[in-house]
Amino acid sequence: MKATLASFQDAFVDALYGRVPHDSRVVALMDQPGFAVYRNTVFQGCVDALEANFPAVVRLVGEDWFRAAAAEYVSLSPPTETRLLRYGQNFPDFLASFEPAKSLSYLPNVARLDYSWVEAHVAPDDRHVTVIDLTAWPPQQAERATLRVHPSARWHWFADEPAYTIWRANREGADIPDDLVWEGEGALLLRPSSNVVWQPLSIGACAFLDACAAECDLESATRRALEREPEMDLGQCVSTLLTAGAIAEIKVRDAVS
Amino acid sequence: MISPRHTNIALGAGVGLKPQHYEDAYAVEQGELWFEVHPENYMVDGGPRLAWLEMIRGRHPLSLHGVSLSLAAEQEPDATHLQRLKALIDRVEPALVSEHLAWSAWRDHYHPDLLPFPRTQDALLRVAANISRTQDTLGRRIAIENPTHYLTITGHDWSESDFFREVIRRTGCGLLVDINNVFVSAHNLPIDPIAYLDAIPSDAVMEIHLAGHSVDANGALWIDSHDAAINEGVWHLYRYLIDRIGPRPTLIERDGQVPEFDVLLGERQQAQSLLDRRISMDAMA
Repeated sequence: MKATLASFQDAFVDALYGRVPHDSRVVALMDQPGFAVYRNTVFQGCVDALEANFPAVVRLVGEDWFRAAAAEYVSLSPPTETRLLRYGQNFPDFLASFEPAKSLSYLPNVARLDYSWVEAHVAPDDRHVTVIDLTAWPPQQAERATLRVHPSARWHWFADEPAYTIWRANREGADIPDDLVWEGEGALLLRPSSNVVWQPLSIGACAFLDACAAECDLESATRRALEREPEMDLGQCVSTLLTAGAIAEIKVRDAVS
Repeated sequence: MISPRHTNIALGAGVGLKPQHYEDAYAVEQGELWFEVHPENYMVDGGPRLAWLEMIRGRHPLSLHGVSLSLAAEQEPDATHLQRLKALIDRVEPALVSEHLAWSAWRDHYHPDLLPFPRTQDALLRVAANISRTQDTLGRRIAIENPTHYLTITGHDWSESDFFREVIRRTGCGLLVDINNVFVSAHNLPIDPIAYLDAIPSDAVMEIHLAGHSVDANGALWIDSHDAAINEGVWHLYRYLIDRIGPRPTLIERDGQVPEFDVLLGERQQAQSLLDRRISMDAMA
């Protein structure tokens, strides 16, 4: 094989990740102590980025366990883009199939909330509307309005476990509450102004936001929310979302507020 | 909108901007102080990082120092990355833009380091083409930083200084001389640091970097870790270089064990004093 720049680079990457390099120039480098400097820097850079992006997971499992798991993830899924502040999008899925994490069923969902924080943190800035903006519309027009969800908003429903309470305690550096009830929970994270904020969310409210994101009008979003949570107080739910800053815009047919 | 008032002033000594210093950097009174950041950390759609950068840019000149354009990879710079860089440049109007003579992004992955390569004729053509494409896209001249070396690579067709000279001749780019990289490489390879500095095409130098380094666990290699105060040997080489080529914008870099802002300002003042001394030498001549 011709010794090209590309073959050097392919071989160097193979050597970094512990595979056999197919370029004699790189083979000659692996015995030098300096090669480990590059390998350490690459892995440390990736693991540091994951540690920064998944702080609640780190607190739950401890730094040593986390860094060992993260190094395995780096080997399988090196960064695909240069912005490491977004690295780890499928780290939660990796944790879900990671044998040593099997006993921690909630860990992948805690990781999903950490990653939602990352996404909210770097999302576009946008305005948000208030309850007054919505109530300004006559009910018949409001029913046909669509609510545009704030671009920083991320929400999840976790059917099987209190992943939000566990995440929140670890994110805030607090203890898990003694009265923790092992049941499904939802969560909303968003950045209405400069800081990412979070709050619990009911299954109906999650369905409502899903419907808004799918550009359903208010009437149809309400129907979908009530299908999931028949006893919910829809007015209270909409008011909570508006107060949180989760709605960027009210779009009424032929009019925008 | 940011006023372009800073873009053409002569820069003295500046400091690498870390998020833990945003408030200090915004509040500091020295208007001539400038800051440098890695653009990759600000290639975001919105949020507090970008807001801080714009606020600080409103009061101080800024330099964007890229780490991931991967100019020495045998592929074109990523078009999306270049567009994001261009958008950030349009937004903050930096006084300087720089990158490294290294590769990191390769095929579909990013390996976060500044990786080495044999300086072959093919590599020279590729690096020159990548720099030209970058400068054409950004619509401005960029400075390229000399790498730190940890390996003795065989198969170089060019010495590093001749490689830089030829790349500069072909592309019109500038140089960013990292004195710590020279100092650390001089120990690791070894090379003669004075001979290296003497071979630098002085007219092309747009910026100088100063940083600290560490010794690896085995004690054999020095590591360009940016996690310590600037070494006396680095200060000595700095003085040597500016005595030869004249004063240039000089940055204090610190990425690990980041001290209080005032400590960095102290190192920055040390560099500024050497620059002032060099300027007065010219005035007396």
